[in-house]
Amino acid sequence: MALGLFKSSWLAFHVGIMAGFACTFYLLNGLHQPAPQEPESPAPRPAGDSFWVIQHPALLSSGHPHLSGEDSAVAAELFHKVRILCWVMTGPSNLETKARHVQATWARHCNVVLFMSSVRDDGFPAVGLDTKEGRDQLYWKTIRAFQYVHQHHLAQADWFLKADDDTFVVLDNLRWLLANHTPQEPVYFGKRFKPFAKQGYMSGGAGYVLSQEALRRFVEGFRTQACSHTTSVEDLALGQCMEKMGVRAGDSRDPAGRETFHPFVPESHLTGKFSKSFWYWNYCYYPIVEGPRCCSDLAISFHYVSPELMYTLEFLTYHLRPYGYRYRFQPPLPENAARLPLHREQPRAAEERANATLPGGAGALPQIIPLGESKPRVIPLHSEGMLGDTTASYAAALPWIIPLCGKQELSNGV
Amino acid sequence: MISESSSFVKGMMIGGLFCVFVTLVGHIKMGHGTKAHHHEHHHIQAPNKEDVLNLSEGERMELSHSIRVYCIILVKPKDLGHWAAVKETWSKHCDKAEFYSSENVKVFDSIVLNTNDMWVMMRKAYKLAYERYKDEYNWFFLAHPTTFAIIENLKYFLLKKDASQPFYTGHAVKSGELEYVDGDGGIVLSIESLKRLSKIFEDPDKCPEQGGLIWKLSEDKQLAVCLKYTGVLAENAEDSEGKDVFNTKSVGTLIKEAMTNQPQQVIEGCCSDMAITFNGLAPNHMHVMMYGVYRLRPYGHNFKDALVFLPPEGSDND
Repeated sequence: MALGLFKSSWLAFHVGIMAGFACTFYLLNGLHQPAPQEPESPAPRPAGDSFWVIQHPALLSSGHPHLSGEDSAVAAELFHKVRILCWVMTGPSNLETKARHVQATWARHCNVVLFMSSVRDDGFPAVGLDTKEGRDQLYWKTIRAFQYVHQHHLAQADWFLKADDDTFVVLDNLRWLLANHTPQEPVYFGKRFKPFAKQGYMSGGAGYVLSQEALRRFVEGFRTQACSHTTSVEDLALGQCMEKMGVRAGDSRDPAGRETFHPFVPESHLTGKFSKSFWYWNYCYYPIVEGPRCCSDLAISFHYVSPELMYTLEFLTYHLRPYGYRYRFQPPLPENAARLPLHREQPRAAEERANATLPGGAGALPQIIPLGESKPRVIPLHSEGMLGDTTASYAAALPWIIPLCGKQELSNGV
Repeated sequence: MISESSSFVKGMMIGGLFCVFVTLVGHIKMGHGTKAHHHEHHHIQAPNKEDVLNLSEGERMELSHSIRVYCIILVKPKDLGHWAAVKETWSKHCDKAEFYSSENVKVFDSIVLNTNDMWVMMRKAYKLAYERYKDEYNWFFLAHPTTFAIIENLKYFLLKKDASQPFYTGHAVKSGELEYVDGDGGIVLSIESLKRLSKIFEDPDKCPEQGGLIWKLSEDKQLAVCLKYTGVLAENAEDSEGKDVFNTKSVGTLIKEAMTNQPQQVIEGCCSDMAITFNGLAPNHMHVMMYGVYRLRPYGHNFKDALVFLPPEGSDND
């Protein structure tokens, strides 16, 4: 009996040691480690979300990104004078594999960015365009995306950029190109292709940008059925609608005649030798140049960019530089830039953040506009004037207000 | 029953105390370890921005011209593609760049060393460079043809460093007791280091041409051994945030690693904004780097740099 007791005490003692050790171990680890970061938290947020002001499902830039220690006054001025809304064509299966990297890199340089998918995603966030996925859906998605942007964001931007989730864009260079124009001009820019349309059309993959007026006309074209879903070849179809609505296909080359929008990766343009039978030769509106002169120093876009190349290009463009180097190509700011109104309105961060977390909260949820049902508008097709539109008259009034609000200086050169 | 539960409780208390004890000891041990490692590594840093303000244009030009870099690129016939790329790209930004090859190659001019052994090539190249150029250049940069270098950033890094001091820097690595500069990232020697190196080359005991060991050290390690005898120690080169500026991998590889290890901060975690070298580049990638570094940039971002470097003559890719 005594032996039995002794044994169980002994056992109890050792079990006690193990239990005490285990308990204390978990206790200590629980105290030391911070709350574990789950990759899929209950309310998933966009990459680097402290940067964004979320106006669900749109992401607003909280300020144009730049390095500490640099003088980015000119870029800042253009950020407020040439407001660009970027919408990125993507899909549910590409959100994490491709769109996420766009969100982490060049999208931050847009004034407003929207990710357009067939299915709504409140965490990313992405707009659900209520289409299917696939190459044959590209034009449907494009039409609905532009209608959505027109309905919800027309006043927030001067120019409207469409890009793919494998397009890399340098927004600051796009602003420089567009500073020579006004949002009231019916014009759009991109990598110009020549076949199938008299004035040519812009390559979809290399990205294209519509002026505010061009966007109005595109939407109006669908409302009046002057434009319709003629083909699923998105870029060509859009180009044909643009032509029909009197929107000019612009020349996006730099003052030295070099292309800025590129349909391939830098390596292909700089070192590739396209075979003479390659379709590209017959498509380019302007003569193809191979080698270093293919591409402007102030390039705007590249296409077929992998996620790794996305970060690499962002690093090469915005971060790595040769110290003290006097670049050969240093074009001045276009004169027109001085005449552009400065839009200083910044989204009110706290309010927007409060609205952002809950879907179904105060922030407006995207509403899909069925085709042919956009807001009725009377738009004279060949108007170049600035009257008859509240946004335009506001913009017209601003140049008078600005001298009272603050000074603005333009510096020449880069 | 009571004795059992009291034994249990006693056991628990002892177990708990033991756990706390082990944890504490573990933390102290780890902390000690990292501190010790940190101290032994030599670092030199790029100059701060404050050091370099308030200079006139003339002063900047003068300062820029005072840093003269001679580039040695060691090549072999098998490197022809890379050789061509280096010739057409970054080497144009050296004050003078010369290719030292193992044997004569018809297509390109080079200084022929008549040996296939990398260490012997390195010795001969350094010897020749010192003999010919000791009065003309104060910094000597040695690279392989798979390396891409940004000489302007090298000069910024060397700003305010006295070339009459024995500098030996690059991507420094520790191998046992020996700290050496990894040749893949490029090797920088001041004129003083090169002078001492030339002298020790004459000493066949300390710095033999043919290593007497059964297993041979790589040439960059041998260099470190020889320099150590002259009192010159390797130092790792870093920017003002402690990031390496000489890289033994390509931008693409470093980005890929950052995407795995720091997916929320890929670019911040990847590389220095003032990086000097990357390695492991294919010839095509050198042309892309040339465009990406010297041309592609966002409009409207200006910098007040202390140095001024003009683009080289007769070149269209920078």
